[in-house]
Amino acid sequence: MNVTRGFTGRPRVQNAGLPPGQYDAGDDWPVLSAEVTPDLTPADWSFRIDGLVAEPHTWDWAEAHALPTSAYEGDIHCVTSWSKFGVRFGGVSLDAFLDTVRPDASATHAVAYSHTGYTTNLPLADLTGGRAWIAWEYEGRPLPAEHGGPARLLVPHLYFWKSAKWIAGLRLLDHDEPGFWEQNGYHARGNPWEEQRYSGD
Amino acid sequence: MTRTTSDTTATGPFVPPTRFAVPGRIAVSNRAAALWQTATLTEVRRETPHASTFRFAVPGWAGHLPGQHLMLRLTADDGYTAQRHYSIASPPDDAGHIELTLDHVEGGEVSGWFHTLAKPGDEVEVRGPLSGFFAWPGDRPALLIGAGSGVVPLMSMVRHHRARGLTVPLRLLVSARGPEDLIYAREYGAETTPVFTRRAPEGVPVGRLAASQVAPLLAAEQPPGGWEAYVCGSNAFAEHASRLLVAAGQPVDRIRIERFG
Ligand SMILES: Cc1cc2nc3c(=O)[nH]c(=O)nc-3n(C[C@H](O)[C@H](O)[C@H](O)COP(=O)(O)OP(=O)(O)OC[C@H]3O[C@@H](n4cnc5c(N)ncnc54)[C@H](O)[C@@H]3O)c2cc1C
Repeated sequence: MNVTRGFTGRPRVQNAGLPPGQYDAGDDWPVLSAEVTPDLTPADWSFRIDGLVAEPHTWDWAEAHALPTSAYEGDIHCVTSWSKFGVRFGGVSLDAFLDTVRPDASATHAVAYSHTGYTTNLPLADLTGGRAWIAWEYEGRPLPAEHGGPARLLVPHLYFWKSAKWIAGLRLLDHDEPGFWEQNGYHARGNPWEEQRYSGD
Repeated sequence: MTRTTSDTTATGPFVPPTRFAVPGRIAVSNRAAALWQTATLTEVRRETPHASTFRFAVPGWAGHLPGQHLMLRLTADDGYTAQRHYSIASPPDDAGHIELTLDHVEGGEVSGWFHTLAKPGDEVEVRGPLSGFFAWPGDRPALLIGAGSGVVPLMSMVRHHRARGLTVPLRLLVSARGPEDLIYAREYGAETTPVFTRRAPEGVPVGRLAASQVAPLLAAEQPPGGWEAYVCGSNAFAEHASRLLVAAGQPVDRIRIERFG
């Protein structure tokens, strides 16, 4: 251990919900996207799932909203070290979308891509079983554009760069393919509880 | 609906339907990114009342490109750590040394330690360099727009341009509240236009970065092949500056944004 002379840090919080190396950002919600925030209206938005599926499908705003709604209430964790507790997102469980397209047994991974061209890769198992959403509401209001509105992917059990803003689609694959940050040295899975920040962690 | 060919081919790299907004400029070394190294503070230089530059010796530093950042970690004696990202201010040719410039954030855990306790000889830990997308290898004409400590990665580009005597066009628009808040004020040359938002010297207008300052660079002063634009600062500034660029005609896929969160 390399102790930094004189550094004591903030009073220790015993917070079982805080993954290692993270701090509680309180009311702040930092924005860290690398691209220009797009001018995307609900009418421009669409979401497609294709690749290794029985029936590729594209939903528009109205069709996606016709699916049963589902909310996430809990915490989110960003790789830059902040976490945010007790946030509430509204949208539709990704399971509802996947039920429509019926993934092939051979599908193991997905690339999520945005209307901006941003990409991120995920194991399919992280997107199923009620652990991932397409979210368009934050605290009961439309999701702001700089946070990915009109709709973003939400995978709150992984670092938040996996929760692609301005989500446009998922391509299901039989192998893992690194996305934008993953090609830039970030971890393939990004589990905050194992501190999988960078490739090699 | 029937399967199209692209739906069934799960081999070959996935290409998103939208052109990738900001392809990485360089490949990042995963080995350098994974390794924590000791950085020994060798010098502290005050830049403004709220910002200082910290110079470190990092003997095993793998080298970086202008625009990259690193992760810095402080450790307390009970093992508690605090880690934050910092852009690298120095140019790549400063062998075995790196410089960071930190704002003193009110109540800040890491910047607070640097601004109140740090002195030469102290050791901290760094890993990096990280992130290839904001890097500028010195190849394409660069239009740099920063505010506050957002000028730090851009200064690495300006210094690299000078140190190597590069002839590729480079322009810097840097926003600060007033002249005394302008980081690196003594170092700027003809490539730089400061923008003062609260107080300015006699004869210099006061106000936030405006279309009238951005538009000419994208019209008459546009170099052949266009600019690669790099925007850095708070999220609010990044939103403002990137909108001005888009309005002036800069293609979105040639705007790279580093937000300090
Ligand atoms: C890619 C990148 C590059 C960056 N480059 C630079 C750079 O070159 N220079 C630079 O100065 N900064 C840079 N930053 C910002 C930097 O990473 C830090 O966010 C900044 O230094 C503040 O850290 P801190 O530990 O001093 O403050 P923090 O302790 O993180 O506090 C920040 C604010 O939140 C409040 N706060 C947070 N947590 C608590 C808490 N638990 N209790 C009470 N208050 C709290 C503080 O009071 C303060 O107002 C960069 C950020 C990124 C993402």
